[in-house]
Amino acid sequence: MSARLSRGGRLIDRRAPVTFRFDGKPMTGFAGDTLAASLLANDQMLVGRSFKYHRPRGIVASGAEEPNALVGLGQGPRFEPNQRVTTTETFEGLTAISQNHWPSLDYDIGAVNGYLSRFLPAGFYYKMFLWPRPFWKHVYEPFIRQSAGLGKVPQEADADRYEQAYAFADLVVAGGGIAGLTAALTAARAGKRVILLEQTAHWGGRAPVDGDEIDGMAADLWVKNAVQALEGMANVTMRLRTMVSGLYDHGYALAYERVADHTPGDGRPRHRLWRIRAGKVIAATGAIERPLSFAGNDIPGVMLAAAVRDFVVNWAVSPGDRSVVVTNNDDAYRTALALADAGLVVAAVIDARPSVTGDLPAQVRARGIRVLEGRGIAKVKGAKRVTGVAICAQQGEGAVLEEIACDVVAMSGGWSPVVHLWSHCGGKLIWDADASMFRPDAARPPTGDAGQPMAATAGAASGALQTAAVLADAHAAAGGEGLAPQATGPAEAPMLPVWIMPQGAGIALKSKMWLDYQNDVKVSDVQLAAREGYESVEHTKRYTTLGMATDQGKLSNINGLAVLSHALHQEIPATGTTTFRPPYTPISLGSIGGEARGEIFQPLRQTPMHDWHSAQGAYWEPVGQWRRPYCYKRSGETAHEAVNREVINTRSNIGLLDASTLGKILVKGADAGRFLDMLYTGVMSTLPVGKCRYGLMCNDNGFLIDDGVVVRMSEDSWLCHTTTGGADRIHAHMEDWLQCEWWDWKVHTANLTEQYAQVAIVGPKARMLLEKLGGMDVSREALPFMTYAEGTLGGFRARVFRISFSGELSYEVAVPASEGLAFWEACVAAGAEFGAMPYGTEALHVLRAEKGFIMIGDETDGTVIPQDLGLGWAISKKKADYLGKRAQERSHMADPNRWKLVGLETLDGSVLPDGALAVAEGVNANGQQRTQGRVTSTYHSPVLKKGIAMGLVLNGPGRMGEVLDFPVDDGKVVQARIVDQVFYDKDGEKQNV
Amino acid sequence: MLTLTCPHCGIRAEETELSPGGEAHLKRYGPGDSDEQFEAYMFARKNPKGVHFERWRHAYGCGKWFLAARCTATLEVFGTYPAQVSAPPEPIIEAIRARRPGWEAGQ
Ligand SMILES: [Zn+2]
Repeated sequence: MSARLSRGGRLIDRRAPVTFRFDGKPMTGFAGDTLAASLLANDQMLVGRSFKYHRPRGIVASGAEEPNALVGLGQGPRFEPNQRVTTTETFEGLTAISQNHWPSLDYDIGAVNGYLSRFLPAGFYYKMFLWPRPFWKHVYEPFIRQSAGLGKVPQEADADRYEQAYAFADLVVAGGGIAGLTAALTAARAGKRVILLEQTAHWGGRAPVDGDEIDGMAADLWVKNAVQALEGMANVTMRLRTMVSGLYDHGYALAYERVADHTPGDGRPRHRLWRIRAGKVIAATGAIERPLSFAGNDIPGVMLAAAVRDFVVNWAVSPGDRSVVVTNNDDAYRTALALADAGLVVAAVIDARPSVTGDLPAQVRARGIRVLEGRGIAKVKGAKRVTGVAICAQQGEGAVLEEIACDVVAMSGGWSPVVHLWSHCGGKLIWDADASMFRPDAARPPTGDAGQPMAATAGAASGALQTAAVLADAHAAAGGEGLAPQATGPAEAPMLPVWIMPQGAGIALKSKMWLDYQNDVKVSDVQLAAREGYESVEHTKRYTTLGMATDQGKLSNINGLAVLSHALHQEIPATGTTTFRPPYTPISLGSIGGEARGEIFQPLRQTPMHDWHSAQGAYWEPVGQWRRPYCYKRSGETAHEAVNREVINTRSNIGLLDASTLGKILVKGADAGRFLDMLYTGVMSTLPVGKCRYGLMCNDNGFLIDDGVVVRMSEDSWLCHTTTGGADRIHAHMEDWLQCEWWDWKVHTANLTEQYAQVAIVGPKARMLLEKLGGMDVSREALPFMTYAEGTLGGFRARVFRISFSGELSYEVAVPASEGLAFWEACVAAGAEFGAMPYGTEALHVLRAEKGFIMIGDETDGTVIPQDLGLGWAISKKKADYLGKRAQERSHMADPNRWKLVGLETLDGSVLPDGALAVAEGVNANGQQRTQGRVTSTYHSPVLKKGIAMGLVLNGPGRMGEVLDFPVDDGKVVQARIVDQVFYDKDGEKQNV
Repeated sequence: MLTLTCPHCGIRAEETELSPGGEAHLKRYGPGDSDEQFEAYMFARKNPKGVHFERWRHAYGCGKWFLAARCTATLEVFGTYPAQVSAPPEPIIEAIRARRPGWEAGQ
C-alpha cells in the first residue's frame, strides 16, 4: 500500500493538516501536498480509467506530464474536469471526483472493452464504425457517446473571474529550477530586465530531490540563496504557478498563471494570462523521464522512477512497501537510494544494460540491494495494483527467469528534454545518438524580427543532464561571463536505448505494452499501423491516437517514434517527431477570454437618446455593437402588437426614429467627386449642391457591399450615409483605396457618425411638426424631396435632409450629438398634438419592405450584384470605370438566368419563413431537390393585413403571376405568387408631397 | 503575431494595433482588360516560402496603411515602407538581398 512516512517531506507542513474529499470519501493531507501526494498518502493509487479499454489507471508521474490521474475538481460553478492531480495543490475543502468510469471507479462495466481489445485495434474508429450505415446510428454512435470523453462538462456558469496582463522584458526565463535560476541571475546581474516563471509552487526543480551539491552547499540552500538574490533585484519579476504555455512570432510568449486555483473564492482572479513580448526567451524547462515498454506497464503501481523519489523526498509519501526499480541508466539508482534512505524495501534494481559499473550503482550495491544486469521485466503481475514482476533476459524473448513480489515498479527509460517552447516557433531538433534523445540544435534556433535567435534552452532542456553541465549550459545561454556555478556529483555511465522489453518480445507481450496510457495505444498498435502502410509519424499519430490525449504525448511520443522507426526499418531521426504545438499544458478557456465576458464582452455603443429609449420601454436589438430599439412596448402589448401600432401610426400620423447609428462619412477635397464616382455605381460628381442621391457601393469583385444617400454639402464636400453596420467598414474601404491605389488624389475622409445625432420624422403630418418647431422653411417648394438645407429648427443647429426610407413624407434631421437628446425630446413634445410616436427598427423594416426597398444584409449576402436587385437605374452606363464594373461584365454576372429580386405574396396571406427556398422540378447532381429562389425579407404588413415578402427568384421579374412552392416545416408547402416588390404606394406619391 | 514598425508614426506595433491586408503591389485591372488579367488581379495570390510583400494597416494607431517585406518561413522582417509605391523601394530590395543573397524581385 502507499502511505505517509513518519518523517521527512521537504515541501509539506505537518502542522497544517488539510481535509479534502475524493469520490465523496473524506481524506487528510498536509499543506504543501499536491493532490497526488495526498491521495497516495491515503493509499488511493487507483484514480481513473483509460479512455478506450477503461483499464484501471494509477498515478505515474509527479508533474505536468501525468497522463492518467485526471479528476473533476471542485463543485457547481467551480467544477472543472480533466485536472491533473500531480499539478493540483491540496487545500482545505478540496473536492475531486474520478472520471471515465461507470458505475464506479472500482467496478467499471466499460472494462469489458479490454476483453474485446483484439477487436479494437489501431484505427478502429476508421475501420469499425464506417459501415454498415445503420449500425453507425443505432449501435456505434450511442456506444461511443456513452463511453467517450474523459471528464464531464461543467453544468453551471463559471463563478470565477479571469484576467489578462501585458508585460515586456529583455529576457523571459521559463522554468525555475537550477538552470532557470542560473540563467535569470546571470542576465539580471548584467542589467537585463528579466521575468522568471515557474509552473509549480516551488523554486528549485529536481535538484534538491536529487541531492545535488552546488557551489559547495546543498541544492536546497543554493536555491534559497539564488531566489533571495533575485528577489532583491529591481529588474527581476518572478512568478510561481506560472507556466509559459507557448512561444509565438517575434518573442511573443503566453504565460498562464494559476493565481487562485489553490485558494478558490478568495476574490482574486482564478487565472491570469500574461501576454509577454520578450527580447529573448530561455526555456529552462527541464526534461521528462520516459517509461519503459514492458508487458503490464500500465498497471497501477508502475511509476516513473523520478516520480517515486519525488513523492518520497518532497512529500514523505511512499508509493508502496516494496519496490523494484527497472532502468536502462544510472539516474534511476537515485530512486533506489531515496527509498532506502526512507527505510523502504527495494527488492531489486533490474538493469537492461549487460554490465553495470557506475558510481550510483556502486552506492546501491553497498546498501545490499540486488542489481540484476542484462535483465528486463517480462511481465508485471496484478490487476488494480502491482503484485510482482516476472524477470527475463533483456536480450531474449521473455522466458521467465524468476518472479519478485513488489507493489511498486519504478521505471526509467532515460530522459527527453522538454523542447516544446523551442519548437513552437520553428527551433529545430537534432537526434543525439549517445543520449538517445531529440535535443535543440543550437545552430537552428527560432528567429525574431531581425533574423536573430529569439530563444535558447538551458540545462536539461538542452540535453544537459548532469548537474555541472546544467549549470554551465544555463550560464552560457544567458550570456554569462566568468565561471558558472559549480557542482560535484557522481559520474554516470552511459544509458542503453531500450524501446521494448525484452528485446525479442512476441505479439502476446507487445499487446500488453502501453505507449499512450490515456488513449490506450500499445506497441502492437503502432506496429500494426506501420504494417498497414502508415509511414508518416503525423499520420500514425492520428490513426492510432498516439499522443493525442490531454497530455499530448509527453510520455508516449519518443517511445512511439522508436517503435514506429523500428517497424519501418529506419533510424529514429528519419522518422522525425510530430509537431509541438502550444499550449504546453492545457490552459483554461476562462483565461483566454479574460475580462471579455458578460456586459463587457464587447464595447456597447449607445446613441445620445439611449436612456430616453430605455425609459420608454425600448425592446432592444443589437445592431453591430449598437443597441437600437426594436420597438417600444406599451403595457399589455406584445412586441408584434407594438410593431403593428408603430407602423400604422407612422403611415397615418408621425413616427420618430432614432437614426443616429446611420453612418455619416464626410468626403472632401478637390478630387472628392472623382473619388466618389469610383466608389459608387452611380455618378456623384454631378450632384448639385444641396441635393441628395441614392448610391450603391460594390467591392471590386462586383458584389454590393453598402447603400445609402449621398448629399452634396458644398462644392468640394459630400456627406455619404452608410448602413448602421457599415460605417466603420466603409470608412476603412474608402481609406484603403485612397491610401493604397489613388494616393495622389486630393481627398480627405472623416467618419462623423458619432458627431451627429439624427432623427427621422416620418409620416403625413411630419411637416406640421417641423413647422411647429419653426426656424426653417420646410415647405415642398423650399425643400423638395431629395434635397438638403442647413438652418435652425426650434433653436437647434440642424441639417435637414428630405429623404425617405418608408415611402412617407420624411425629414431626417441631424443635430450635434450633444444636443441629440434635447432635440429628440423637443420633437416628441412638438409632435404630441399630431399623434407622434417613436418607432423602432422592426417597424422601419416593415415600412421599407412595404415599399420594396432593399436592406443590405437581407437582400444581399456577398453574392448579390445590384443588377440582381433591379437597381440598374442606380448604375451609370456612361462611366468608364467604378469599383465592381469590370467584375460585373464577367459572363456569370451578365448571365440573364440569375436569381433576381421580386415580391412574393402568399396565397393564404401567411408570412413566409425567412430564408425559405422555392423548389423546382428534379434533383441536382448530389441528389438534392433543385431550388429556384429564396425569401430574403418577410413580414406581416399591418397596413395590407397580410404577409409580404421579397425574394430572389430565377428570372423572377419575367415570371410575374407565377406561383412558387415553398416547403416549410412538417412537410407543409406554402404557395406564393411572384408580384412586384412594391406593395404600397406604387407610384411614390406619398413621399413627394 | 508579428511586430512591425509603422513607417508613418514609428511605433513598433503588434496584434492589438495591426490588421492585415494581404499581398502588396497588386496592379488593378478594370474595364477593357481581359478575363485572365482580371482573374489574376482579383484571385491569384502568391504563396511563397520566403520573401513576401504584404499590406498592413496600423488600424488602432495612426490608421495608415503600410507595406512590409518579410520572410514567411523565418518571420524575419526586412523592412516596412509607406503604401504609396507601386514596387518595393531600393533600400528594401537591398535589405532583402543582404539577408537573402541570390534573391530576385519577382520571384
Ligand atoms: Zn502608425
